Amino acid sequence: MTIRNKTAIVGVGAMPYYKRGASLPQTLNELVCKSIIAAVEDAGLSMKDVDGFAFYSGGFDTPYLMETLGIPEVSYTATLTGSGGGSAGSIGLASSAIVSGMAKVVVCVGALQQAQQRFGAITSGYEQTSETAFFQSSGLVGPGHMFALLARRHMHMYGTTREQFAEVAMSGRLNAINHPDAIMRKPMTLEDYFNAPVIADPLCLFDFCLETDGAIAMVVTSTEQAKDLRQPPVKIVACAHGGSRDWGRSLYWMNMPEEAFVSSGNVAIANRLYRDADVTPADIDVAQIYDHFTPMVLAQLEDFGFCERGEGGPFVESGAIRFEGGSLPINTDGGQLSGAYVWGMTHVREAVAQIRGSAVNQVQSCDLALVTGGPSSLPVSGLILGK
Amino acid sequence: MTNEIAKQPPHSLFELVTDPWTEPFWAAAREHRLTVARCTECSLLRMPPTPFCPGCLSQKLDWPTLSGRGTIYSYTIVSRAIFPGMEESLPYVPALVTLSDAPTIRLISNIVDVPISAISVGAEVRVVWNHLPDGVVVPRFTLAN
Repeated sequence: MTIRNKTAIVGVGAMPYYKRGASLPQTLNELVCKSIIAAVEDAGLSMKDVDGFAFYSGGFDTPYLMETLGIPEVSYTATLTGSGGGSAGSIGLASSAIVSGMAKVVVCVGALQQAQQRFGAITSGYEQTSETAFFQSSGLVGPGHMFALLARRHMHMYGTTREQFAEVAMSGRLNAINHPDAIMRKPMTLEDYFNAPVIADPLCLFDFCLETDGAIAMVVTSTEQAKDLRQPPVKIVACAHGGSRDWGRSLYWMNMPEEAFVSSGNVAIANRLYRDADVTPADIDVAQIYDHFTPMVLAQLEDFGFCERGEGGPFVESGAIRFEGGSLPINTDGGQLSGAYVWGMTHVREAVAQIRGSAVNQVQSCDLALVTGGPSSLPVSGLILGK
Repeated sequence: MTNEIAKQPPHSLFELVTDPWTEPFWAAAREHRLTVARCTECSLLRMPPTPFCPGCLSQKLDWPTLSGRGTIYSYTIVSRAIFPGMEESLPYVPALVTLSDAPTIRLISNIVDVPISAISVGAEVRVVWNHLPDGVVVPRFTLAN
Protein backbone atom coordinates (compact mmCIF):
# COMPACT_ATOMS: atom_id res chain seq x y z
CA MET A 1 0.00 0.00 0.00
CA THR A 2 1.20 3.52 -0.75
CA ILE A 3 -0.28 7.01 -0.39
CA ARG A 4 -0.06 7.47 -4.15
CA ASN A 5 -2.56 10.05 -5.42
CA LYS A 6 -4.87 9.54 -2.45
CA THR A 7 -4.32 13.03 -1.05
CA ALA A 8 -3.79 16.49 -2.48
CA ILE A 9 -2.53 19.94 -1.58
CA VAL A 10 -5.61 22.12 -1.96
CA GLY A 11 -4.59 25.38 -0.37
CA VAL A 12 -1.44 27.47 -0.08
CA GLY A 13 -0.88 30.56 2.05
CA ALA A 14 2.42 32.39 1.92
CA MET A 15 3.50 35.53 3.69
CA PRO A 16 5.89 37.91 1.92
CA TYR A 17 9.53 36.92 2.28
CA TYR A 18 11.52 39.25 4.53
CA LYS A 19 15.22 39.76 5.03
CA ARG A 20 16.37 38.39 8.38
CA GLY A 21 14.53 40.18 11.20
CA ALA A 22 12.52 42.47 8.88
CA SER A 23 9.22 40.73 9.66
CA LEU A 24 9.23 42.35 13.11
CA PRO A 25 7.15 43.62 14.92
CA GLN A 26 4.92 40.80 13.75
CA THR A 27 5.41 37.76 15.95
CA LEU A 28 6.27 34.37 14.52
CA ASN A 29 2.90 33.01 15.65
CA GLU A 30 1.19 35.94 13.93
CA LEU A 31 2.99 35.16 10.67
CA VAL A 32 2.05 31.49 11.02
CA CYS A 33 -1.61 32.32 11.66
CA LYS A 34 -1.73 34.70 8.69
CA SER A 35 -0.34 31.99 6.43
CA ILE A 36 -2.86 29.43 7.73
CA ILE A 37 -5.78 31.83 7.24
CA ALA A 38 -4.60 32.48 3.68
CA ALA A 39 -4.16 28.77 2.94
CA VAL A 40 -7.59 27.80 4.25
CA GLU A 41 -9.14 30.68 2.27
CA ASP A 42 -7.23 29.58 -0.85
CA ALA A 43 -8.69 26.09 -0.45
CA GLY A 44 -12.22 27.40 -0.03
CA LEU A 45 -12.51 25.71 3.36
CA SER A 46 -13.46 27.02 6.80
CA MET A 47 -11.05 27.12 9.72
CA LYS A 48 -13.56 24.84 11.48
CA ASP A 49 -12.74 22.15 8.88
CA VAL A 50 -9.12 21.90 10.04
CA ASP A 51 -8.62 18.85 12.25
CA GLY A 52 -4.91 18.17 12.01
CA PHE A 53 -1.43 19.68 11.95
CA ALA A 54 1.82 18.30 10.58
CA PHE A 55 4.99 20.29 11.16
CA TYR A 56 8.64 20.00 10.49
CA SER A 57 11.09 20.92 13.22
CA GLY A 58 10.31 22.96 16.30
CA GLY A 59 8.65 26.23 17.11
CA PHE A 60 4.99 25.36 16.60
CA ASP A 61 2.34 25.00 19.26
CA THR A 62 -0.86 23.31 18.10
CA PRO A 63 -3.08 24.36 21.04
CA TYR A 64 -1.95 27.97 20.66
CA LEU A 65 -2.92 27.86 17.00
CA MET A 66 -6.29 26.28 17.89
CA GLU A 67 -6.91 28.88 20.59
CA THR A 68 -5.96 31.74 18.28
CA LEU A 69 -7.73 30.57 15.14
CA GLY A 70 -10.83 29.04 16.73
CA ILE A 71 -10.15 25.48 15.62
CA PRO A 72 -12.52 23.37 17.72
CA GLU A 73 -10.80 19.97 17.82
CA VAL A 74 -7.84 18.20 16.28
CA SER A 75 -7.40 14.47 15.83
CA TYR A 76 -3.81 14.56 14.56
CA THR A 77 -0.79 16.67 15.46
CA ALA A 78 2.70 15.54 14.57
CA THR A 79 6.17 16.87 13.94
CA LEU A 80 8.78 15.28 11.75
CA THR A 81 12.03 15.09 13.72
CA GLY A 82 15.34 16.52 12.62
CA SER A 83 17.08 19.77 11.85
CA GLY A 84 17.18 20.58 8.17
CA GLY A 85 15.78 17.90 5.95
CA GLY A 86 12.10 17.55 6.55
CA SER A 87 9.75 20.17 5.10
CA ALA A 88 8.91 18.00 2.11
CA GLY A 89 8.42 15.08 4.48
CA SER A 90 5.91 16.93 6.64
CA ILE A 91 3.49 16.80 3.71
CA GLY A 92 3.75 13.01 3.91
CA LEU A 93 2.78 13.08 7.58
CA ALA A 94 -0.40 14.89 6.56
CA SER A 95 -1.06 12.33 3.83
CA SER A 96 -0.56 9.40 6.15
CA ALA A 97 -3.00 10.91 8.65
CA ILE A 98 -5.65 11.33 5.98
CA VAL A 99 -5.14 7.96 4.28
CA SER A 100 -5.31 6.18 7.64
CA GLY A 101 -8.50 8.03 8.58
CA MET A 102 -6.97 9.86 11.54
CA ALA A 103 -7.79 13.30 10.12
CA LYS A 104 -9.59 14.91 7.19
CA VAL A 105 -8.00 18.32 6.71
CA VAL A 106 -4.38 18.74 7.81
CA VAL A 107 -2.41 21.98 7.79
CA CYS A 108 1.36 21.88 7.26
CA VAL A 109 3.42 24.94 8.14
CA GLY A 110 6.97 26.05 7.54
CA ALA A 111 7.92 29.30 9.25
CA LEU A 112 11.01 31.08 10.37
CA GLN A 113 11.96 34.33 12.03
CA GLN A 114 15.69 34.86 12.46
CA ALA A 115 15.72 37.94 14.68
CA GLN A 116 16.96 35.91 17.65
CA GLN A 117 19.12 33.21 16.08
CA ARG A 118 20.90 33.47 12.77
CA PHE A 119 20.78 30.19 10.91
CA GLY A 120 24.20 30.93 9.46
CA ALA A 121 25.59 30.41 12.95
CA ILE A 122 22.97 27.98 14.21
CA THR A 123 25.40 25.24 15.11
CA SER A 124 27.10 27.61 17.55
CA GLY A 125 23.75 28.06 19.27
CA TYR A 126 23.42 24.38 20.02
CA GLU A 127 23.92 23.34 23.61
CA GLN A 128 27.40 21.89 24.06
CA THR A 129 27.16 18.18 24.73
CA SER A 130 29.48 15.20 24.87
CA GLU A 131 28.50 14.44 21.26
CA THR A 132 28.91 17.97 19.88
CA ALA A 133 32.38 18.25 21.49
CA PHE A 134 33.80 16.24 18.60
CA PHE A 135 32.96 18.95 16.07
CA GLN A 136 32.71 22.08 18.21
CA SER A 137 36.32 21.62 19.30
CA SER A 138 37.43 22.26 15.71
CA GLY A 139 35.69 25.60 15.20
CA LEU A 140 32.91 24.28 12.96
CA VAL A 141 30.49 26.92 14.20
CA GLY A 142 28.30 27.32 11.10
CA PRO A 143 26.69 24.79 8.77
CA GLY A 144 28.66 26.32 5.89
CA HIS A 145 31.91 25.23 7.50
CA MET A 146 30.66 21.65 7.61
CA PHE A 147 29.27 21.53 4.10
CA ALA A 148 32.54 23.00 2.84
CA LEU A 149 34.22 19.78 4.01
CA LEU A 150 31.78 17.72 1.93
CA ALA A 151 32.19 20.03 -1.05
CA ARG A 152 35.97 19.84 -1.12
CA ARG A 153 35.91 16.04 -1.09
CA HIS A 154 33.50 16.05 -4.05
CA MET A 155 35.89 18.40 -5.87
CA HIS A 156 38.85 16.16 -5.02
CA MET A 157 37.18 12.96 -6.21
CA TYR A 158 35.36 14.17 -9.30
CA GLY A 159 37.07 17.35 -10.40
CA THR A 160 34.03 19.43 -9.48
CA THR A 161 34.78 23.16 -9.82
CA ARG A 162 33.72 26.43 -8.27
CA GLU A 163 32.47 27.47 -11.72
CA GLN A 164 29.95 24.62 -11.43
CA PHE A 165 28.86 25.81 -7.97
CA ALA A 166 28.51 29.27 -9.55
CA GLU A 167 26.18 27.90 -12.21
CA VAL A 168 23.77 26.74 -9.49
CA ALA A 169 23.83 30.21 -7.95
CA MET A 170 23.49 32.05 -11.28
CA SER A 171 20.71 29.80 -12.57
CA GLY A 172 18.72 30.41 -9.40
CA ARG A 173 19.35 34.14 -9.60
CA LEU A 174 18.03 34.29 -13.18
CA ASN A 175 14.79 32.73 -11.95
CA ALA A 176 14.61 35.12 -9.00
CA ILE A 177 14.96 38.18 -11.23
CA ASN A 178 11.54 37.43 -12.72
CA HIS A 179 9.92 36.52 -9.42
CA PRO A 180 8.19 39.32 -7.48
CA ASP A 181 8.54 37.52 -4.12
CA ALA A 182 12.25 36.77 -4.39
CA ILE A 183 14.65 38.66 -2.10
CA MET A 184 17.69 38.78 -4.42
CA ARG A 185 16.75 40.08 -7.87
CA LYS A 186 19.93 41.79 -9.02
CA PRO A 187 21.67 39.98 -11.88
CA MET A 188 24.72 37.92 -10.92
CA THR A 189 27.64 37.30 -13.28
CA LEU A 190 30.44 34.78 -12.94
CA GLU A 191 32.67 37.73 -12.07
CA ASP A 192 30.28 38.78 -9.29
CA TYR A 193 30.41 35.24 -7.95
CA PHE A 194 34.20 35.11 -7.86
CA ASN A 195 34.39 38.59 -6.32
CA ALA A 196 32.20 37.54 -3.40
CA PRO A 197 33.94 36.95 -0.08
CA VAL A 198 35.06 33.39 0.57
CA ILE A 199 33.45 32.39 3.87
CA ALA A 200 34.42 28.74 4.23
CA ASP A 201 36.81 27.85 1.41
CA PRO A 202 35.77 26.58 -1.16
CA LEU A 203 32.41 28.21 -0.41
CA CYS A 204 31.81 31.91 -0.98
CA LEU A 205 28.89 34.12 -0.01
CA PHE A 206 26.83 33.14 -3.06
CA ASP A 207 27.12 29.43 -2.27
CA PHE A 208 25.12 30.06 0.90
CA CYS A 209 21.34 30.31 1.03
CA LEU A 210 19.67 33.46 2.29
CA GLU A 211 18.80 34.25 5.89
CA THR A 212 15.17 35.30 5.72
CA ASP A 213 11.88 35.37 7.60
CA GLY A 214 8.66 33.89 6.28
CA ALA A 215 5.69 31.63 6.86
CA ILE A 216 4.06 29.23 4.41
CA ALA A 217 1.06 27.00 5.11
CA MET A 218 -0.36 24.14 3.05
CA VAL A 219 -3.76 22.50 3.36
CA VAL A 220 -3.86 18.77 2.63
CA THR A 221 -7.00 16.69 2.25
CA SER A 222 -8.20 13.60 0.41
CA THR A 223 -8.21 13.67 -3.38
CA GLU A 224 -11.91 12.79 -3.16
CA GLN A 225 -12.74 15.89 -1.12
CA ALA A 226 -10.35 17.98 -3.22
CA LYS A 227 -12.62 17.66 -6.27
CA ASP A 228 -15.18 19.96 -4.65
CA LEU A 229 -12.77 22.68 -3.59
CA ARG A 230 -11.72 26.00 -5.06
CA GLN A 231 -8.32 25.14 -6.54
CA PRO A 232 -7.27 22.46 -9.00
CA PRO A 233 -5.97 19.72 -6.69
CA VAL A 234 -2.25 19.08 -6.66
CA LYS A 235 -1.91 15.38 -5.99
CA ILE A 236 0.65 14.01 -3.60
CA VAL A 237 2.04 11.26 -5.80
CA ALA A 238 4.67 10.09 -3.34
CA CYS A 239 6.40 11.32 -0.21
CA ALA A 240 9.25 9.79 1.76
CA HIS A 241 11.38 10.63 4.75
CA GLY A 242 14.12 8.86 6.66
CA GLY A 243 17.38 7.68 5.21
CA SER A 244 20.33 5.35 5.64
CA ARG A 245 22.57 4.94 8.69
CA ASP A 246 25.50 5.47 6.32
CA TRP A 247 24.38 9.11 6.17
CA GLY A 248 23.05 9.26 9.72
CA ARG A 249 24.06 12.37 11.62
CA SER A 250 26.11 13.33 8.53
CA LEU A 251 27.72 16.71 9.09
CA TYR A 252 27.72 16.22 12.86
CA TRP A 253 29.41 12.83 12.45
CA MET A 254 31.60 13.00 9.33
CA ASN A 255 32.29 9.25 9.44
CA MET A 256 30.00 8.37 6.56
CA PRO A 257 31.45 5.69 4.26
CA GLU A 258 32.94 7.44 1.23
CA GLU A 259 30.05 6.63 -1.12
CA ALA A 260 27.68 8.35 1.30
CA PHE A 261 30.11 11.12 2.19
CA VAL A 262 30.11 12.51 -1.34
CA SER A 263 26.33 12.10 -1.69
CA SER A 264 23.51 14.17 -0.23
CA GLY A 265 22.16 11.25 1.81
CA ASN A 266 19.11 11.09 -0.44
CA VAL A 267 19.64 7.84 -2.38
CA ALA A 268 17.23 5.88 -0.19
CA ILE A 269 14.63 8.66 -0.46
CA ALA A 270 14.96 8.82 -4.25
CA ASN A 271 14.56 5.07 -4.61
CA ARG A 272 11.42 5.01 -2.49
CA LEU A 273 9.87 8.04 -4.19
CA TYR A 274 10.37 6.67 -7.70
CA ARG A 275 9.15 3.22 -6.68
CA ASP A 276 6.04 4.51 -4.92
CA ALA A 277 5.24 6.93 -7.74
CA ASP A 278 6.15 4.35 -10.41
CA VAL A 279 8.16 6.93 -12.34
CA THR A 280 11.78 7.47 -13.35
CA PRO A 281 13.94 10.59 -13.18
CA ALA A 282 13.18 11.20 -16.85
CA ASP A 283 9.50 11.67 -15.97
CA ILE A 284 10.19 14.64 -13.68
CA ASP A 285 9.34 17.95 -15.39
CA VAL A 286 10.63 20.38 -12.77
CA ALA A 287 12.56 19.95 -9.53
CA GLN A 288 12.80 22.13 -6.46
CA ILE A 289 16.13 21.01 -5.03
CA TYR A 290 17.01 22.00 -1.46
CA ASP A 291 19.70 24.60 -2.05
CA HIS A 292 21.13 25.63 1.29
CA PHE A 293 24.60 25.24 -0.22
CA THR A 294 25.33 25.02 -3.95
CA PRO A 295 27.51 21.86 -3.84
CA MET A 296 24.69 19.92 -2.19
CA VAL A 297 22.50 20.66 -5.21
CA LEU A 298 25.02 18.79 -7.36
CA ALA A 299 25.02 15.85 -4.94
CA GLN A 300 21.22 15.75 -4.91
CA LEU A 301 21.02 15.79 -8.71
CA GLU A 302 23.25 12.70 -8.54
CA ASP A 303 21.28 11.03 -5.73
CA PHE A 304 17.99 11.54 -7.57
CA GLY A 305 19.40 9.97 -10.71
CA PHE A 306 19.40 12.96 -13.04
CA CYS A 307 23.07 12.21 -13.72
CA GLU A 308 25.70 9.71 -12.60
CA ARG A 309 27.63 10.00 -9.32
CA GLY A 310 30.27 12.68 -9.74
CA GLU A 311 28.62 14.13 -12.85
CA GLY A 312 26.60 16.83 -11.07
CA GLY A 313 29.11 19.51 -12.06
CA PRO A 314 29.17 18.79 -15.81
CA PHE A 315 25.37 18.29 -15.69
CA VAL A 316 24.71 21.83 -14.48
CA GLU A 317 27.49 23.25 -16.65
CA SER A 318 25.62 21.91 -19.70
CA GLY A 319 22.73 24.25 -18.95
CA ALA A 320 20.48 21.38 -17.86
CA ILE A 321 19.05 23.14 -14.81
CA ARG A 322 18.23 26.45 -16.50
CA PHE A 323 14.62 27.54 -16.83
CA GLU A 324 15.38 28.65 -20.38
CA GLY A 325 16.31 25.59 -22.42
CA GLY A 326 17.22 23.24 -19.59
CA SER A 327 16.17 19.59 -19.58
CA LEU A 328 15.42 19.79 -15.85
CA PRO A 329 14.61 23.32 -14.70
CA ILE A 330 15.25 23.61 -10.98
CA ASN A 331 14.39 26.14 -8.29
CA THR A 332 12.20 28.11 -10.63
CA ASP A 333 11.33 30.66 -7.92
CA GLY A 334 14.99 31.49 -7.29
CA GLY A 335 15.30 28.81 -4.65
CA GLN A 336 16.76 29.37 -1.22
CA LEU A 337 19.89 30.96 -2.68
CA SER A 338 18.05 33.91 -4.25
CA GLY A 339 14.34 33.58 -3.37
CA ALA A 340 14.00 32.94 0.35
CA TYR A 341 14.80 30.34 2.98
CA VAL A 342 11.84 29.06 5.02
CA TRP A 343 12.98 25.57 6.07
CA GLY A 344 12.41 24.30 2.52
CA MET A 345 8.70 25.08 2.44
CA THR A 346 9.30 27.63 -0.35
CA HIS A 347 10.18 24.64 -2.53
CA VAL A 348 6.86 22.95 -1.79
CA ARG A 349 5.05 26.22 -2.55
CA GLU A 350 6.81 26.57 -5.90
CA ALA A 351 6.14 22.93 -6.87
CA VAL A 352 2.43 23.47 -6.16
CA ALA A 353 2.48 26.58 -8.36
CA GLN A 354 4.14 24.62 -11.18
CA ILE A 355 1.53 21.85 -11.07
CA ARG A 356 -1.33 24.36 -10.84
CA GLY A 357 0.14 26.12 -13.86
CA SER A 358 0.36 29.42 -12.00
CA ALA A 359 4.13 29.73 -11.55
CA VAL A 360 5.93 32.94 -12.52
CA ASN A 361 8.52 30.89 -14.41
CA GLN A 362 6.05 28.28 -15.60
CA VAL A 363 7.45 25.07 -17.07
CA GLN A 364 5.25 24.00 -20.00
CA SER A 365 3.32 20.70 -19.73
CA CYS A 366 4.36 20.31 -16.12
CA ASP A 367 2.85 17.04 -14.89
CA LEU A 368 5.33 15.96 -12.21
CA ALA A 369 7.32 18.11 -9.80
CA LEU A 370 9.98 16.85 -7.40
CA VAL A 371 10.73 18.56 -4.09
CA THR A 372 13.69 17.62 -1.92
CA GLY A 373 14.38 18.36 1.74
CA GLY A 374 17.71 18.57 3.47
CA PRO A 375 20.46 17.42 3.15
CA SER A 376 21.26 17.50 6.82
CA SER A 377 21.26 14.85 9.52
CA LEU A 378 18.41 12.38 9.12
CA PRO A 379 15.63 12.49 8.33
CA VAL A 380 16.03 13.77 4.80
CA SER A 381 12.88 13.77 2.73
CA GLY A 382 11.36 14.15 -0.70
CA LEU A 383 8.02 14.69 -2.38
CA ILE A 384 6.58 14.19 -5.86
CA LEU A 385 3.53 16.27 -6.77
CA GLY A 386 1.38 15.77 -9.84
CA LYS A 387 -1.82 16.70 -11.65
CA MET B 1 45.95 34.70 2.45
CA THR B 2 47.57 31.48 1.27
CA ASN B 3 50.91 32.33 2.90
CA GLU B 4 49.22 32.83 6.23
CA ILE B 5 49.74 30.27 8.95
CA ALA B 6 46.79 28.10 9.97
CA LYS B 7 45.86 29.06 13.52
CA GLN B 8 44.06 27.24 16.28
CA PRO B 9 40.27 27.63 16.08
CA PRO B 10 38.52 30.01 18.49
CA HIS B 11 38.58 28.22 21.84
CA SER B 12 36.14 30.72 23.37
CA LEU B 13 33.34 29.02 21.40
CA PHE B 14 34.14 25.55 22.75
CA GLU B 15 33.50 24.22 26.22
CA LEU B 16 34.24 20.53 26.67
CA VAL B 17 31.38 18.37 27.95
CA THR B 18 32.00 14.65 28.40
CA ASP B 19 30.02 11.58 29.41
CA PRO B 20 31.32 8.22 30.66
CA TRP B 21 31.64 6.97 27.08
CA THR B 22 33.56 9.95 25.70
CA GLU B 23 35.69 10.85 28.73
CA PRO B 24 38.48 8.29 28.01
CA PHE B 25 39.22 9.99 24.67
CA TRP B 26 39.73 13.36 26.35
CA ALA B 27 41.56 11.82 29.32
CA ALA B 28 44.02 10.21 26.90
CA ALA B 29 44.46 13.57 25.19
CA ARG B 30 45.56 15.09 28.49
CA GLU B 31 48.36 12.47 28.42
CA HIS B 32 49.14 13.31 24.77
CA ARG B 33 47.89 9.92 23.70
CA LEU B 34 45.69 9.65 20.58
CA THR B 35 43.09 6.90 20.79
CA VAL B 36 39.72 5.79 19.42
CA ALA B 37 37.07 3.50 20.84
CA ARG B 38 37.49 -0.18 19.91
CA CYS B 39 35.00 -2.97 20.61
CA THR B 40 36.79 -5.72 22.52
CA GLU B 41 34.30 -8.32 21.22
CA CYS B 42 34.57 -7.72 17.45
CA SER B 43 37.39 -5.13 17.18
CA LEU B 44 35.19 -2.63 15.30
CA LEU B 45 36.41 0.93 15.78
CA ARG B 46 33.97 3.77 16.32
CA MET B 47 34.14 7.53 16.74
CA PRO B 48 32.66 9.45 18.35
CA PRO B 49 32.42 6.84 21.10
CA THR B 50 28.89 5.61 21.80
CA PRO B 51 27.57 3.20 24.46
CA PHE B 52 27.18 0.24 22.08
CA CYS B 53 29.14 -1.31 19.25
CA PRO B 54 26.96 -0.85 16.14
CA GLY B 55 28.31 -4.15 14.80
CA CYS B 56 27.69 -6.53 17.71
CA LEU B 57 25.95 -4.36 20.35
CA SER B 58 28.62 -5.12 22.93
CA GLN B 59 29.36 -2.42 25.50
CA LYS B 60 32.92 -3.59 26.09
CA LEU B 61 35.55 -1.12 24.91
CA ASP B 62 39.22 -0.50 24.99
CA TRP B 63 41.28 2.50 23.90
CA PRO B 64 44.35 1.52 21.86
CA THR B 65 47.18 4.02 21.62
CA LEU B 66 47.58 5.16 18.02
CA SER B 67 50.61 6.55 16.24
CA GLY B 68 49.04 9.96 15.66
CA ARG B 69 49.71 9.71 11.94
CA GLY B 70 47.04 10.32 9.34
CA THR B 71 46.10 11.87 6.02
CA ILE B 72 43.85 14.83 5.23
CA TYR B 73 40.50 13.60 3.89
CA SER B 74 39.02 17.08 3.47
CA TYR B 75 39.42 20.55 4.91
CA THR B 76 38.02 24.05 4.81
CA ILE B 77 39.65 27.41 5.39
CA VAL B 78 37.68 29.73 7.66
CA SER B 79 38.78 33.28 7.00
CA ARG B 80 35.70 35.27 7.99
CA ALA B 81 34.08 35.68 11.37
CA ILE B 82 30.43 34.74 11.47
CA PHE B 83 30.33 35.04 15.24
CA PRO B 84 31.94 37.41 17.76
CA GLY B 85 35.07 35.89 19.22
CA MET B 86 36.28 34.36 15.97
CA GLU B 87 38.28 37.31 14.61
CA GLU B 88 41.60 36.69 16.35
CA SER B 89 41.65 33.03 15.32
CA LEU B 90 41.40 33.65 11.58
CA PRO B 91 42.35 31.95 9.43
CA TYR B 92 41.88 28.45 10.80
CA VAL B 93 41.51 25.13 9.02
CA PRO B 94 38.95 22.57 10.20
CA ALA B 95 39.83 19.22 8.66
CA LEU B 96 38.85 15.58 8.55
CA VAL B 97 41.82 13.33 9.19
CA THR B 98 41.85 9.64 8.32
CA LEU B 99 44.00 7.89 10.93
CA SER B 100 46.77 5.69 9.52
CA ASP B 101 46.36 2.91 12.08
CA ALA B 102 42.55 3.28 12.30
CA PRO B 103 41.71 3.83 8.62
CA THR B 104 37.96 3.40 9.06
CA ILE B 105 37.90 6.44 11.35
CA ARG B 106 37.91 10.13 10.48
CA LEU B 107 38.62 12.60 13.24
CA ILE B 108 37.12 16.06 12.98
CA SER B 109 40.09 18.22 13.87
CA ASN B 110 42.23 21.10 12.61
CA ILE B 111 45.42 21.57 10.64
CA VAL B 112 47.61 24.06 12.51
CA ASP B 113 51.00 25.80 12.42
CA VAL B 114 51.67 25.45 8.69
CA PRO B 115 51.19 27.80 5.72
CA ILE B 116 47.70 27.34 4.35
CA SER B 117 49.15 27.05 0.84
CA ALA B 118 50.89 23.82 1.87
CA ILE B 119 47.67 22.07 2.90
CA SER B 120 46.06 19.62 0.48
CA VAL B 121 43.72 16.62 0.45
CA GLY B 122 45.79 13.48 0.87
CA ALA B 123 48.67 15.23 2.65
CA GLU B 124 50.25 13.26 5.49
CA VAL B 125 49.86 14.75 8.95
CA ARG B 126 50.87 14.04 12.53
CA VAL B 127 49.16 14.88 15.77
CA VAL B 128 50.09 17.87 17.90
CA TRP B 129 48.54 18.74 21.24
CA ASN B 130 46.89 22.08 21.86
CA HIS B 131 46.38 23.08 25.49
CA LEU B 132 43.35 25.33 25.93
CA PRO B 133 43.19 27.94 28.71
CA ASP B 134 40.65 25.85 30.65
CA GLY B 135 43.01 22.86 30.84
CA VAL B 136 41.39 20.87 28.06
CA VAL B 137 43.85 19.26 25.65
CA VAL B 138 42.75 18.85 22.02
CA PRO B 139 44.45 16.71 19.38
CA ARG B 140 45.19 18.68 16.25
CA PHE B 141 47.37 17.95 13.26
CA THR B 142 50.21 19.48 11.36
CA LEU B 143 51.95 18.42 8.15
CA ALA B 144 54.17 15.41 8.73
CA ASN B 145 57.21 16.70 6.82
